[in-house]
Amino acid sequence: MRDVAVVGFAQRQMRDFDGSPTCVELLVPLFKECYEQTGWTRRDVGFWCSGSSDYLAGRSFSFVQAVDAIGVIPPVNESHVEMDLAWAMYEAWIKIQTGEVDTALVYAFGKSSAGVLRRTLSLQLEPYTMTPLWPDTVSLAGLQARAGMDAGLWDERAMAEVVNRSLTDAEQNEWAVRKGGSSVEELLARPVYADPLRKHDCAPVTDGAAAIVLAAGDRAREVCDRPAWITGLSTYVDEMTMSRDLTGSASARRCAEALDLGGVDTAELHAPFSHQELVLRREVGLADDVTINPSGGALASNPMFSAGGIRVGEAARRIWAGDSDKALAHATSGPALQQNFMCTLEGNL
Amino acid sequence: MSRTLSAPVTVAFDYTRSTGPVLGRFLTGLRDGVVVGGRTSDGQVVVPPPEYDPVSHQALDDFVEVSSLGTVTSWTWVPEPVKGQPFDRPFAFALVTFDGATKPFLHALDVSSPDEVSTGMRVRVRWAEERVGAITDIACFEPLPAGEEAAPAVAPSGAVDPVTGIVVPVSLDYTYAASPEESAFYRGLEQGRIVGQRCPTCDKVYIPPRAACPSDGTPTAEEVELSHTGTVTTFCIVNVPFLGQRITPPYVSAYILLDGADIAVLHLILDCPADEVRMGMRVKAVWKPEDEWGTTIENISHFAPTDEPDADFETYKQHL
Repeated sequence: MRDVAVVGFAQRQMRDFDGSPTCVELLVPLFKECYEQTGWTRRDVGFWCSGSSDYLAGRSFSFVQAVDAIGVIPPVNESHVEMDLAWAMYEAWIKIQTGEVDTALVYAFGKSSAGVLRRTLSLQLEPYTMTPLWPDTVSLAGLQARAGMDAGLWDERAMAEVVNRSLTDAEQNEWAVRKGGSSVEELLARPVYADPLRKHDCAPVTDGAAAIVLAAGDRAREVCDRPAWITGLSTYVDEMTMSRDLTGSASARRCAEALDLGGVDTAELHAPFSHQELVLRREVGLADDVTINPSGGALASNPMFSAGGIRVGEAARRIWAGDSDKALAHATSGPALQQNFMCTLEGNL
Repeated sequence: MSRTLSAPVTVAFDYTRSTGPVLGRFLTGLRDGVVVGGRTSDGQVVVPPPEYDPVSHQALDDFVEVSSLGTVTSWTWVPEPVKGQPFDRPFAFALVTFDGATKPFLHALDVSSPDEVSTGMRVRVRWAEERVGAITDIACFEPLPAGEEAAPAVAPSGAVDPVTGIVVPVSLDYTYAASPEESAFYRGLEQGRIVGQRCPTCDKVYIPPRAACPSDGTPTAEEVELSHTGTVTTFCIVNVPFLGQRITPPYVSAYILLDGADIAVLHLILDCPADEVRMGMRVKAVWKPEDEWGTTIENISHFAPTDEPDADFETYKQHL
């Protein structure tokens, strides 16, 4: 295996992006930041891969338009996934492993606010017996939250503790669209919205984009004092029905089992609903002294198609800064933690 | 004035899907008022039946009729239903394990407040008035009245052929925004101007202007007011009628390179017979009356021939 590291990361997150659904206007400054971090130009990037979905904002071929932000004369080596940035990064990691390229820039974008996000996401469900009922994301998460509460695995206080810690940490995150911790008591005093969920248990609808730069071996060392080396990655998917055991996540557990998690001091977990962090912590088996979601996580901002990759970027930033020696980054997609991705990042190879 | 222009857009499509033998069997059952599950190799009875066994990965062919009564295993309140859901007033989504099944099934539960639902409560299927072989043949679940423990009899639908396909209408509403550069273009049109922008890196003039020059990745910036006259670079004669067509075929759709621009725009060529349109033909914009103008390319009704001689091929060969 070739050693591959995260050497660049840039993000934009906001409640309402006042611009086109292709988000080209967001991507141009993001790429500029990545060029500044690495000293590269677009010609130094061996492979590009993006993550987006046309359903999100109703623009056909938005990923083709987004390529404008790269500038493609001469032509570039480019791909796309209708998945989160984390999976676009996975494709780029494999591309680097083939030896065909040494560097990659992956990006993702989404303007969730253009439609009704929780409704739009019904289109990712089983199309015969689920989509015709339009089960919205919040409802599906609510079914999962109650299943765990009924089973005695967590309660509304444990969920409020996750929210309070997340919104407190988010105060240090300039991109968080929801921030400001208070207390578990204050949070529990707020009204229940989609029983059993309160609004703060649900990630805010967020527009945004993000980019991650990968480089192999010496190409990484040239541009970064302390590259965040990807020492393991895994991805698994559960069945798409809601018949599965929602109190756990078999695919998240398998992701964790595929990695060496010894020595992990920081974890960025992509949990768009508060109880999902509790599911993930249990499935991963994180020790009590692991710092979880220092960025504030998805409860502070959750831009579709980039929020998972942002977990990788936030973990990498802490490796670069020396705040972490080994971090776990996680991304999810699909209803109720159906699809999961994990990777470990390390400062010392 | 906001930075960008936006407008409501609805994108809709009726997805026609073949069901295959397993989901077809399930949906045929619903049409006939029967809930059909599948027995998997680990002894579970699952509704709807999975097409393939989750453990052995063999095609599933062991079907089991289960009761239309069941027990709620989880539920969530839906305070603000979205379009297309089983109810347009607050309701519950519930996971229900049918009597005779071992795993839960998702559908709506008709109760008027979260106080009326609890995990473990007994429910029954409320069948739709007309059953056609779709998941919506189950209108919803409803609480099982106290003392009742028998599934109500269901009248047959009358149909006999197995269900082989369904149609799922999907319609999504968006607020669709133009980029700031595109917005400048449309605002120009509202004033009777055709406004492009120049790429600061390669000096090419784009119409409409771009948030990034596709050659260089640089946003276009310097505004360039373009001529209303240009050259046909290439064209096609539309002979085929289609839904929503506004002009009777044959007519001409053409790429027109406006004088001063480096990229052609697509528009109609009218006011001359279709078979007279040719590459290099010089054309001019024909605008609608000013009181009909908005922020739209439709302000230009079409392009019509000028009396100038044709442009030399050399002048537009780079723009084909």
